Amino acid sequence: MQPTFSSSRILLPVRPWFIVLSLVVALLLNLLPTAYWPGIPDWVALVLCFWSVRETRRVGMGWGFVLGLLMDVADGAVLGQHGFAYVLLAYTAASLSRRILWFPLAQQALQVLPLLLLAQVVQAAMRLAVGADFPGWSYFIGPFVAVILWFPLTFVLLLPQYQPVEQDPDRPI
Amino acid sequence: MAGFDHAPPPFFKRGPAPLALLTFYVLVSLALFVVDLRLKSLDLLRQSIALVVDPVQRIAQTPGSLVDYGRKYFEGLQELQRENDELRHAKLNTAPGLQRLEQLEAENERLRRLLVVKEREKAKGQVAQILYTARDPFARKVIVDKGQQAGIAAGQPAIDESGVVGQVTRVFPFSAEVTLITDKNQAVPVQIVRNGQRSVVFGVGNGQLELRYMPANADVKVGDTLVTSGLDGIYMQGFPVAKVVDVQRDSAYSFARILCAPVAGVENFGELMILDARKPLPEAPAAAEPHASEGKSGQRVKKQRAGKGN
Repeated sequence: MQPTFSSSRILLPVRPWFIVLSLVVALLLNLLPTAYWPGIPDWVALVLCFWSVRETRRVGMGWGFVLGLLMDVADGAVLGQHGFAYVLLAYTAASLSRRILWFPLAQQALQVLPLLLLAQVVQAAMRLAVGADFPGWSYFIGPFVAVILWFPLTFVLLLPQYQPVEQDPDRPI
Repeated sequence: MAGFDHAPPPFFKRGPAPLALLTFYVLVSLALFVVDLRLKSLDLLRQSIALVVDPVQRIAQTPGSLVDYGRKYFEGLQELQRENDELRHAKLNTAPGLQRLEQLEAENERLRRLLVVKEREKAKGQVAQILYTARDPFARKVIVDKGQQAGIAAGQPAIDESGVVGQVTRVFPFSAEVTLITDKNQAVPVQIVRNGQRSVVFGVGNGQLELRYMPANADVKVGDTLVTSGLDGIYMQGFPVAKVVDVQRDSAYSFARILCAPVAGVENFGELMILDARKPLPEAPAAAEPHASEGKSGQRVKKQRAGKGN
């Protein structure tokens, strides 16, 4: 059987302020003390990846670069480390967006995993190449947790775009 | 389609091609990375971004610190009383030494003057609270609540009640970043208390320190205390740094592998003392002087060097 386009629900157009809000909330989540716990995903990477897949034209590499700079300063990391990873993430997510959106959610999550893992591995490679010490394998658990969160995240971030329950009878669709 | 947009697709105005944009951003990121790492000349950019991020960061830390505060509050009176008693005992225990310290310092100063040795600097500093650990998992740093406004400058050493903790590496307007001595890129010039041997102790990255480049037959034993030697002009002399916990002498290598554990509560939260920057090193001009005055007789200089080598 051919893969069907299962996410067939017609959505309202996204509101730009909601995208900005979600990215800011993601940044705040990244700054919480929970970020020290092993397995806590990089929220900014996750939300950025989501919007890069969904709204390729609105959220892209520029957002990735700016958020990366903010994360670098907040983390005390080397400038450009997060920026590089996020720009790569946004680019790959945007270029694969048509394909990813074709699949149902579970398979979408599977396709997103390598992207998020790439962002993490790129950062580790950059720092290890210039002589930092290995942060331990728990550093790479984050993307796997993030992928599980892809389901609730899709629901929450698309919530404002679902059509209202009371339909307008004059509307053609 | 899910990402459908009601606006007509922009056929002609689409901005630069994605690949061109990617190349641009990647190049800029890499340039930033290299410049920040090697030339360290982006402090102004970092500080201006920090002005935006810092308040957000502090807001994000509030729930955690509130939980901490609540836990301490409910820990109860008895705990506090016990702690108070302990502290009073500790104070009494250290009293005999401390009471005579002033007199000893005065005496030391007088004797040093008699010996025409330069006076020892007195340690002064300001107390700073650790706000949070820097989240960068590749390094060991903490952020403290005093910055440029309090007169903190990069390079100042930080100690706690038992020993050296680290060194201020970056300063922001209202906070500063202290790199711990256990960081992989941090080195502290030390001296072994027992025999006065000088060396440099390096961070390993896993919370331990390593005494590198010591010959396999070096006189180092497990339990030796390392204190700052003061030769670097940054750390003052005599602050405890680490204790030797493991010495491996393998004849296959020319150096012994000596692991040490930091004396201070390096990975603990709490308060730090950020010491004021030392006066410029007196040794440098002193070393230059004999060269200048005895420059005529090159032999004597050579002899001195040979003497130092032994």
